[in-house]
Amino acid sequence: MSDLPVFPKLPAALRPRARAGLSFALPRLTIWHGFGLTALLLICASVAQAANPAPLQKSIFATLVQWTPLLLRGFLLNIEISFLSMAMGTILGIALGLGLVAQTKPLRQTSWALTQFFRNAPWLALLFFMIYLLPYHMRIGGLHISLPDWLKAVVGLGLPVMANVAEIVRGGVRSIHPGQWEASESLGFTRNQQLFSIILPQAFKRMLPPWMNLYAILTTNTTLASIVGVNDVVTRAGQVLAAAGNNPGLLAPVYAYVLLLFFIYTYPVAIATRRLERRTKVRI
Amino acid sequence: MNALAPIADWFRHLNATTGINFTVFYDPFDATRFVHGLWVTIELSVVTIIASVLVGVIGAWGQGVKSAWVRGVTWSYVELFRNTPPLVQIYFFFFGLSAVLPHTHNGFGMAQPLIGGFAWASISLALYAGSFNVEIFRSGIEAIPHSMLEAAEALGYTRRQTYLNVILPLGLRICLPALTNNLVNLIKTTTLAYAIAVPELLYVSNQIWSDAENVPEMMILLFIIYIILVGILVALMHWWERSLRRPGLGT
Repeated sequence: MSDLPVFPKLPAALRPRARAGLSFALPRLTIWHGFGLTALLLICASVAQAANPAPLQKSIFATLVQWTPLLLRGFLLNIEISFLSMAMGTILGIALGLGLVAQTKPLRQTSWALTQFFRNAPWLALLFFMIYLLPYHMRIGGLHISLPDWLKAVVGLGLPVMANVAEIVRGGVRSIHPGQWEASESLGFTRNQQLFSIILPQAFKRMLPPWMNLYAILTTNTTLASIVGVNDVVTRAGQVLAAAGNNPGLLAPVYAYVLLLFFIYTYPVAIATRRLERRTKVRI
Repeated sequence: MNALAPIADWFRHLNATTGINFTVFYDPFDATRFVHGLWVTIELSVVTIIASVLVGVIGAWGQGVKSAWVRGVTWSYVELFRNTPPLVQIYFFFFGLSAVLPHTHNGFGMAQPLIGGFAWASISLALYAGSFNVEIFRSGIEAIPHSMLEAAEALGYTRRQTYLNVILPLGLRICLPALTNNLVNLIKTTTLAYAIAVPELLYVSNQIWSDAENVPEMMILLFIIYIILVGILVALMHWWERSLRRPGLGT
């Protein structure tokens, strides 16, 4: 029964962590980790500065500060892509997830196949697939639609998100005690009423933390778009390096800087997820 | 080779009649490239799986020690690698650190980095997946009933013995499903090595579809192969899970 891609549980990254009784309190992640990263950046910069045979005209810090606006503009595109893919993935994923718990067998099996396909394909391969196969320009009736690369990337990243959201929905629905279904059935609710007014409102709370976790993963994966030619922060980092004279000593600090940008953005999401997990744990 | 000739003929025929062009099945050059890419992907997966599990075990140990410094370093490592893009991590290692490290010179007098693309990809992917493994192992360890540790202590086990003989074997059984999922993710993430020109499956596929202009065919083949690879891993892990199962522990 457990043939190939049936995973008994949600992927590790999507599962609420540390459900079991904690023997010691989690050392709360603090601002210190941010400082740690900044320190890494500083160390890289200083080592690079010291190891640099030909002294730069400008110090590495000045170079980083100078190019920050450009990098931030690229980073903004990453955020936009992550928002749009998440929106697309969530809407499609909820539909697919409801298909996974549907009562009609063909619908359930189709949804299962779709979910497994998009969950088990590498993100980068899906991204390539979309970039190559979606047309640049479409004409539907009299309507002209052009699909720039970043929009194709949104679709390419949205598909694996969709499959993961579907799994989250399924897991959430399954986590509700079967007594709830039985009780509502005995009260004369139809199947749709049971699902939408009894089960889903309860499951929603449990689905939120893994959903946020998925968002954090998606955000870090938006950098894949740079490989397929989207002008995101990683591409811009390359441009910055070229503009600053292709100095090898600048490579580590610039990429550490990009890491820092993502950390600053993703880390609060991680903290919020953890808080939410703890809260839902108490209530349920 | 003769045994494969009918297959090659069939795919050549398929190309001639329908235009569905699977060059890797009849073109020896593409076939060699593709098999080599598949081999590199498998190698990369095996190396990173083993290394990331080791990192996870060491990290989980580092989170439980008394020294606040070791704990702090472990936590920073985990949070750093979990919350930043794996692609930028690979770039950081491959371009950034590689530029700082000393270079050697090869036979042609060209500068050659000390650590190559494959090694950097393995290192950064192992560190990335390892940071997730640390969390997975930690949750497994925390799920062990405290009475077990007290029992081990009462029996005179040292801290290290308790870790190796009690905590690790029990925690491993508890966290195996989560570990399986992370390792599946790791196999999929090996495609990132593409970005630093490690000739793995996606990279050679890209070369092939650039030459033969058969993107959809190569893509479908790529997906099928990844699903098979993931399926093999999942089957192995399930088999391992079953063989490790102890009655009364877990569900």
